Amino acid sequence: MGSILFLVVILVVVALWVVSAYNGLIALKNQTVNAWKQIDVQLKRRHDLIPNLVNTVKGSMEFEKDTLQAVVDARSKAMAGGGGVKETAAAEGLLSGALGKLFVVMERYPDLKSSQNVRDLQEELSSTENKIAFARQLYNDVATGYNTRQQQFPTNLVAGLAKAEIAELWQIEDQAERAVPAVDLSLKKPQG
Amino acid sequence: MTAGLNLFEQQARNRRLTMAWLALFILFFAWLGFGGDLALYLAAASRTEGQVAYRFPWIGVVVTTVAAIVAWVSWRKGPQQVLWSTGARELSTPQTFEEKQLVNVVEEMAIAAGLPRPKVYVVDDPDPNAFTTGRDAASSCIAVTTGLLAVVNREELQAVIAHEMGHVRNLDVRLMTLIAALVGVIVVLSNGMGRMLRGGGLLGGRGRKGGGGGLAVAALIVFVLWVITLILAPIISRIMAMAVSRDREYLADATGAELTRNPAALASALQKIETHEAPTTHIKEGAAHLCIADPLGRDVNLKEGRLADLLATHPPMAMRITRLKGMAFEQLKATGQLPAT
Repeated sequence: MGSILFLVVILVVVALWVVSAYNGLIALKNQTVNAWKQIDVQLKRRHDLIPNLVNTVKGSMEFEKDTLQAVVDARSKAMAGGGGVKETAAAEGLLSGALGKLFVVMERYPDLKSSQNVRDLQEELSSTENKIAFARQLYNDVATGYNTRQQQFPTNLVAGLAKAEIAELWQIEDQAERAVPAVDLSLKKPQG
Repeated sequence: MTAGLNLFEQQARNRRLTMAWLALFILFFAWLGFGGDLALYLAAASRTEGQVAYRFPWIGVVVTTVAAIVAWVSWRKGPQQVLWSTGARELSTPQTFEEKQLVNVVEEMAIAAGLPRPKVYVVDDPDPNAFTTGRDAASSCIAVTTGLLAVVNREELQAVIAHEMGHVRNLDVRLMTLIAALVGVIVVLSNGMGRMLRGGGLLGGRGRKGGGGGLAVAALIVFVLWVITLILAPIISRIMAMAVSRDREYLADATGAELTRNPAALASALQKIETHEAPTTHIKEGAAHLCIADPLGRDVNLKEGRLADLLATHPPMAMRITRLKGMAFEQLKATGQLPAT
């Protein structure tokens, strides 16, 4: 009698653990998908803003046709989409580069810089650039958490059940961007 | 500085500290409420030689009821009250370039933190400062002064907003609103009970029948202790609230640096805020502990030491800047961007 009770208790505990581990994995998976959607929203916004900018500056920047064309080309390539995280990352990285170059060139045109319209557009675009970067940062953090959890023992035992797959990270080429500041929060007073 | 603890361990440690403080507050409450009952009970017991004459702890019950009501109201209304007291206006439709940029920056940091975007408020005050209030991530509000918008560049503004977003993400906003409510309750209670004591005299004038020896002495001691805490309660509770807020500034600095990956920008923003040391006239003492820098420009906040540890709402600016610069240095070292020496 006692041993049967013992067995039942063990089974119940195991079942409870499986349910909570499964649910935890599903929650992380949805967070990862959601974080990716955040990036997507910002990428679309950037694609929408670029034609405005190009049309506004086209007249004043006759001599910079190549720079403008590079932006337009990179945009259509990025919008064609398809492919996984790696392909999107590469295409969008190219677009970021082209845009960056355009911003640098625009600095040489004082009348452009002083135009309120251009200034607003530029702020919108650089803000969108930042949002993409931060959304990507969040996605990578969330996806890393998800990947770690599904590989760790004993959660990895239910990973198959939850159809968990390793989420691909958005690789960053720029070394400077990768660094996470080392944090020291110790509330001790520094002695010298 | 001690290396080794990572951000998450530090956050966990800070949360534990917070829970400890909160427990202390609750004990303090209990003493304020039921301490008087204890004194009356002991006094009654000493008079009647062991027979229990004082059965119902009416001070405790009344105090608990009043405290719960006052705390609940200020918990619900606290954030609006703070914003109202500073004359902040909500930025629902940004007009100028600076305002649009501010809303953009707040959106960026909300994305970085993975949180809903807080409401944005502006306080018309020439002194650069910023604060956050709210009960949780969804109801939080970030307010900055026009002075801040005028002196910082985009990167620095981002760093300041990231610091505020750190308060939101670490749920400091909730703790601060709660503590403000608790401190308010203690002040109200101690005023009210002080008046009652002076008016009626809870123990006075009933003669000394029986003289129950030890019990009477105990009653007197408990009573005196209770009155002393009643008088000191407002000061003690403020000191407790300040200690909680100081630790959290360091944590928010670090969270901000984690969000922007740019500790150097926050360091230079803090430096700019500090050099404009005119007090922020629109922000009153009640909201001081919420701000990124002490709005009252008090000297205690510049020092380290026992007295400063007790009275300051913010850690010394120099210490914060030094820590952030340390983080920036570590970051450069990690990516091999240090100039060759």
